[in-house]
Amino acid sequence: MNDGWRWLTDGANWHGPDGIPVRLAEHLGYTLLVLAVAVLVGLPVGLLLAHAGRRTAFTVINVANGFRALPTLGLLVLIFLLSAGSDLAALVPLVALAIPPVLVNTYEGVRQIDPRVRDAALGMGMTGRQVLLRVELPLAVPLIMVGARTAAVQVVATATVAAYINLGGLGGYLMDGILLRQYGTAVGGSLLVVLLAVAVQILFTYTGRLLTPRGLRPEPNNRKEIPG
Amino acid sequence: MRPLKILLGAALLATFAAGCGGSEDNPLDGTGSTDGTASTNETIVVGSAGFPGNVLLAELYAGALEDKGVKVERKLNIGEREVYYKLLENGDLTVLPEYNGALLAYLDPKAELPATTEETNKAASAKLPAGLKLLDSSAAQDNDSLTVTSETASKNNLKTVEDLKAVAGDLVVGGPAPFEERFKDKLSTVYGLKFKEWVPDRSGGGNIPTWLKSGKVQVGNVFTANPAIVLDGLVVLEDTKGVFGLQNVTPLVREDGVDAAAAETLNKVSAQLTTEGLQEMMKKVAVDKTDPAKVAAEWLDAHPV
Amino acid sequence: MNEDEPLVRWDWIHEHYGLFGDLTVEHLKLSLLPVLLGLLVAVPLGVLCARWRGLYPPVLTAVNILYSLPSLALFLVLLDYTGLSIWTVAIPLTLYTLAVLVPNVVDGLRQVPDTTRQAATAMGYTPLRRLVAVELPIAVPVIIAGLRVATVSNISLVSVGALVGIGGLGSLFKTGFDLQFTTPVLAGIVLIIILAVLFDLALVLLQRLLTPWSPR
Repeated sequence: MNDGWRWLTDGANWHGPDGIPVRLAEHLGYTLLVLAVAVLVGLPVGLLLAHAGRRTAFTVINVANGFRALPTLGLLVLIFLLSAGSDLAALVPLVALAIPPVLVNTYEGVRQIDPRVRDAALGMGMTGRQVLLRVELPLAVPLIMVGARTAAVQVVATATVAAYINLGGLGGYLMDGILLRQYGTAVGGSLLVVLLAVAVQILFTYTGRLLTPRGLRPEPNNRKEIPG
Repeated sequence: MRPLKILLGAALLATFAAGCGGSEDNPLDGTGSTDGTASTNETIVVGSAGFPGNVLLAELYAGALEDKGVKVERKLNIGEREVYYKLLENGDLTVLPEYNGALLAYLDPKAELPATTEETNKAASAKLPAGLKLLDSSAAQDNDSLTVTSETASKNNLKTVEDLKAVAGDLVVGGPAPFEERFKDKLSTVYGLKFKEWVPDRSGGGNIPTWLKSGKVQVGNVFTANPAIVLDGLVVLEDTKGVFGLQNVTPLVREDGVDAAAAETLNKVSAQLTTEGLQEMMKKVAVDKTDPAKVAAEWLDAHPV
Repeated sequence: MNEDEPLVRWDWIHEHYGLFGDLTVEHLKLSLLPVLLGLLVAVPLGVLCARWRGLYPPVLTAVNILYSLPSLALFLVLLDYTGLSIWTVAIPLTLYTLAVLVPNVVDGLRQVPDTTRQAATAMGYTPLRRLVAVELPIAVPVIIAGLRVATVSNISLVSVGALVGIGGLGSLFKTGFDLQFTTPVLAGIVLIIILAVLFDLALVLLQRLLTPWSPR
């Protein structure tokens, strides 16, 4: 632990192409990219499913949950081998990791809306599209943000494994620490990952609150649940 | 009725617990025995580094010992020397396939690497802590190298490491993660090589041939027994000044875990192992995807100890 | 990878059933033992947190931080203490299980209606008996939901241990990577998914068994 702290506070580690700011930026960049893709896929699919028949929804949600069982390391290696070592391909397993929480929580977020609210909106003369965008989506925001937060934290922590196939980011410090038995580097790198994960959590919690319509501020849901 | 169901559930959980806890080895007994009393049980634990060439050697040792009726446990694919060496020191492992020069460089990073096998072994043995011992070296080598593609070689007219001097500043070099630490300074002082960039392969070096082909690196540390050298037509630059030293495959053992008979068995493996033999076996492992254990068994059938 | 290398070499698969069996057993040991240990710790901890509300926020923060610790870093640090025993992998996974289960235990207990609790008290249940016979059974579905997440993610996470030499089926990924060989990688992925699905189903069944009063 002390070695890690010394490593972190050593000015020399904060400069150059291998310095902490560069690696941190890489890590953050990967995380954001992965998260963006996950939201672009998970959000619309989740919204669609919430309006699909129960059977379809049940199947897709369970498949999405099945994704959680995908071993990231295995997927990483497989894609690495098939893509002849492309760096970006390494992000695919991370996307696979990030989609399920976003998708499932979007679905749950819309599903849990009181049908009377939907009826009221329709009764007020809103079109289906308006109901979706102005009523259902805002009401689902708290759960969607919980999903996005879970996804973000998982991606931050798991992106370290990608260092095995030599993707940069903070994981590089971990692997170097392991391979060279430099505890300071490994522990310092881990501390950075943890700090980043905590920062991401806080960021998402507050953004979630900001995005939540006023008058709808339920206690944040910490439960991790597979529905269906 | 309800308590009954709860009981049933608890019973189920308990069976479940027994199922994964009650295996042949009580996990609590396995916790890193730091007291180094490996001799109390007669099982020899053969370890290996996390790359196929070393796994194969470990299988050779394990197979030879088993042929002699010794009880062997395999703990293969552990990672880099920095990890498995420590496990040998604390008694988790008893036998490791080592490379004499690399071991010496690890034990004493400033050491000059001698030109003969005997001197290398002597120097390395002097640095080993009490309780660890090098057995006889084999003629087989699996050496570090600076290797380039045939295109790079012909374009820059490269045959030896010395030839790199003029172009090194434009070239990116890759190797297993500890490569830079071990050889950056030596390559600089002995050959005057200052590469543009050092890229570590954190997976143990398996990526280097791919990287050479894709152009991610132009120079790579490919182990000389790696069949990619033959398969991809890579050119190993001759180490004229002996920076990489000798890398004879040599068993490194705990004295308290290996008796005279076992040591003799391992020495007999060393006596028959050659670089060509190693390359041939590695081709079976890496190209034909035959299991290292099977390749080792075939070799042992042909070279009985 | 070699261009003429097929995606799957079936003959390799057929030759290695024994290996798959051994690795599967090791894999299950590595992933399920932490689930049990995690459950054993999470239930009392969750009960305490549900009873004393002030305790929950700090515990929740702690488990959330645990959850964000990179597994690889924990394996590495433990390698020095627990060596090549299964604990090097089992301890971190137990911590993750804890991080998943504690919030679920607390949420499950909190959702017990006050009226139910009062009814039990009125019937003369002591607090301990009320907890064991009334509150925990009502919380079972939520706790099992957490167990499912923990089990499935442990089964998939064990494979990272292959990077330090203890990874169950994950060692197939390392073999595949080292030899540029997709067959073992695919076999490992498929086996891990099968295991995850099987144990997920088993937990669903367990829940039905434990809560016969719930719908369906």
